[in-house]
Amino acid sequence: MTVASSPIEIAPRTPDVRALKLAESFFIPVAALLVSALVFALFLLAIGQSPVDFFALVWIGGFGSSFSIQNTLQRAAPLILTGLAFAVPARIGLTIIGGEGALVLGGFAAAAIAIPLVTGQAPPAITLPIMAITAMLAGGCWIGLAGWLRHYRGVNETISSLLLSYIAIAIMNFFVEGALRDPASANKPSTMPIGDAYRVGPMPFTDVHWGLGAGVLLAIVLYILMSRTTFGFAARMTGGNPRAALAQGLPVGFLVVTCCAIAGACAGLAGFFEVAAIHGQANASLVAGYGFTGILVAFLARHNPLAVVPVAILFGAIAAAGGLVQRRMGMPDATVLVLQGIIFVVLLTSETLYGRIKLFQPGTGADRT
Amino acid sequence: MMESALVTVLIAMLGGAIRVSTPFMFVGLGECLTEKSGRINLGLEGNLVLGAMTAYAVSYLSGNAWLGVLAAGGSGLLLGALHGYICKLPRVNDIAVGIAIMSFGTGLAFFFGKPFIQPTAPRLDAIHLGDWTGNPSLAQALQVNPLFFVGIVLALAMSWAFANTRWGLIIRMTGDSAASARAMGVSVDLVRFLTTSAGGFMAGVGGAFLSLYYPGSWNQGLSSGQGLMAVALVIFARWDPIRCIWAALLFGAAGAIGPSLQSIGISQGYYFFNAAPYILTLFIMIASARSKGAAREVPGELSITK
Repeated sequence: MTVASSPIEIAPRTPDVRALKLAESFFIPVAALLVSALVFALFLLAIGQSPVDFFALVWIGGFGSSFSIQNTLQRAAPLILTGLAFAVPARIGLTIIGGEGALVLGGFAAAAIAIPLVTGQAPPAITLPIMAITAMLAGGCWIGLAGWLRHYRGVNETISSLLLSYIAIAIMNFFVEGALRDPASANKPSTMPIGDAYRVGPMPFTDVHWGLGAGVLLAIVLYILMSRTTFGFAARMTGGNPRAALAQGLPVGFLVVTCCAIAGACAGLAGFFEVAAIHGQANASLVAGYGFTGILVAFLARHNPLAVVPVAILFGAIAAAGGLVQRRMGMPDATVLVLQGIIFVVLLTSETLYGRIKLFQPGTGADRT
Repeated sequence: MMESALVTVLIAMLGGAIRVSTPFMFVGLGECLTEKSGRINLGLEGNLVLGAMTAYAVSYLSGNAWLGVLAAGGSGLLLGALHGYICKLPRVNDIAVGIAIMSFGTGLAFFFGKPFIQPTAPRLDAIHLGDWTGNPSLAQALQVNPLFFVGIVLALAMSWAFANTRWGLIIRMTGDSAASARAMGVSVDLVRFLTTSAGGFMAGVGGAFLSLYYPGSWNQGLSSGQGLMAVALVIFARWDPIRCIWAALLFGAAGAIGPSLQSIGISQGYYFFNAAPYILTLFIMIASARSKGAAREVPGELSITK
C-alpha cells in the first residue's frame, strides 16, 4: 500500500550532487581527450604530417567498415579485461600494473593445460572451460600474491606487480623454449597448437570472438559487485581510508587479496581468449602490451567498470587503425604509443581539476542558505 | 676442469656486474636524489629508454659519442621536468604520473628511434684496466667504461653533498617534512621540481650507457625494466648514494648469471636465470619492507612507503 501524499517529503536537492559528480567525471576526461588530440595534432604538424589525415584514417581504420569495426572489437576484448584488472584494485586504493604478466601467465597456463586434454581428445565443451578456469586461477593467484604481499608484508604493490610481470614472461619463455616447446614451431618457439576444433568461435551474427561478450558481462558483474553490494562498499571504504576501515573491523586483508585476485582473473581470462580465439598456442605474441594499455583504459574510465567498455573500444579502434596509419602515412607503428602517452600525461594532469570547477560544485552560489 | 669453469663463470660475472650495473647505478642515483626530496618518480624507465635512443641518434648524427651522452641527459632532464611540473599541481598522484611518463617516454623513443635501428653509431670506448694481468678473460672483464667511474664519483659527491652542504640539507628537510621546509621559507615545489629534473638527467645518462656501450646498439627491447628495478634498488640501499653503488653491483651480478653460465656452455635454464634480477628485487623488497632500519631512514614524505 502506498501513501499518496506523505507528510514528510524529501525535497530534491538542487542541483543534484550525484548528477553533478557524474557530469564532472564525464566532462573532465572527455576534455582531457580533446586536449590530447590537440597536442597530438601539434606534434604531427611539427614533424610535417597532416593531423586531418591521421584522425580521418583512425576513423576509417577503427569504425569505417564492418570489417574495421570487427577488428576494433576484437582488440577491445582483451583491453576491457585488462582495464578491469586495473580498475578493480584501484577502487580499494591499489595501483596494480601487473596486468600484462597475469595475461601472459593465464594464456600460457591455458595452453599448457590444453596439451594433455587435446592429445587425450577430450571434447571441446570440457576442454575450453577447464582452460578458462586454469587461466583465471593462474592470473588470480599471480596478482593475488601482489595483494597479499602488500597487505601482510608491506611490499609496494605497484613495483611488486610489475616485477611479477617480468617473472611471468620469463616463466612462459622458459617453458616455451624448453619443456613445452612444439618441435614444429621452428622460427617462433610456441606450445603445441590446440587445433581448430578447440578454438573459441565467434559470437552469433559477428566475427568477434566470445572474449568481447565475456568482457562486457564481467564489466557489468563487477560494476554491480563494486557499487551495489556490501563487499563493494567495504572495498571502496578501504580504498578511501584504510585506517577507518580497520577501525570498523572490516576484513581489510581479505578485501585486498580478493580484489587483486579478481583483477588477476580478469587479465588471465584475457590471456585465455588470446590463446583460444586468436593465436591457438602460447608464444611471445601474448606480450602485446594489452596489460599496459589496460591501465590507461582504466584511468580514462575513472575506474568505473561500466565505463571501461566504451573506453576499451576507443583504444581498440586506435590500435586497429595503427596498421592503416603505418601504411598510408608512412609513420612508424610507435605512433599509437606516442598518442597513448600524450593521452596518459594529459589525463593525469587533468586530475587536478576535480573539485575546482565551479560549475560542478554543489552548494555554491544562490542555493546556499 | 670444474675449477676452471667456475673461475670462468666468476670472472664473467665480475665483468658482467661492472657492465650491467652502470645503468642501474645512474637510474638509482637519480631516483635516490628525487626520493630524498620526498617525491617518487616511477617514470625513470621512460627516461632510460628515451635517453638510450637520443644518445644513439645524436652519436650517429654527430659522430661524437660523448655528445650523445650529453643529449641523453638533456632528454632525461626534459622528461623529469615534465614529471616535476605535473606533480606539483594539487591532487595529482606522483606514482600514476610516473606510469604515464614511462609510457610517454617509451612511445617517443620508439617513434623517433625507428630510423636508427639499422645504422651503427660511434660507441663509447672502454678503459682497459686489466691488460697487466696477462689473463685474456680477466682483461676482458676489466674493460671498464668511463661512465662507471663517473657514476661512482657522482655517488660520492651526492653522499658528501647531502651531509655537508646547504643544498643537501634543504633537500633532506623537504623530503622529511614539507611543513618544516615551508616554515624555513623553502619552496617545496621548487626543490622537488629541481631534484626530479636532475634525477631525470641522470637516468637519461644511464640510458646512453645502454645504447652506446653495453649492449651497445639501439633497439626496442633494449631496456628490460632497469628503470623500475632502480626504484626497488633505492629502497634496498635505504636512500644512501654509496649503498646505491653496492646495490647496483649486486643487481648487475644477478643480471650477469645467465650470460656467464652460457659462456661455459650451460644454456639450460637461460630464461630462468634471466628472471634472476626480478626475483632478487622482489625478495629484497619483501625483506626490507618491514625492516626497522629502512623505517628509520626513509624520507618521511615519501608516498610509496606509507
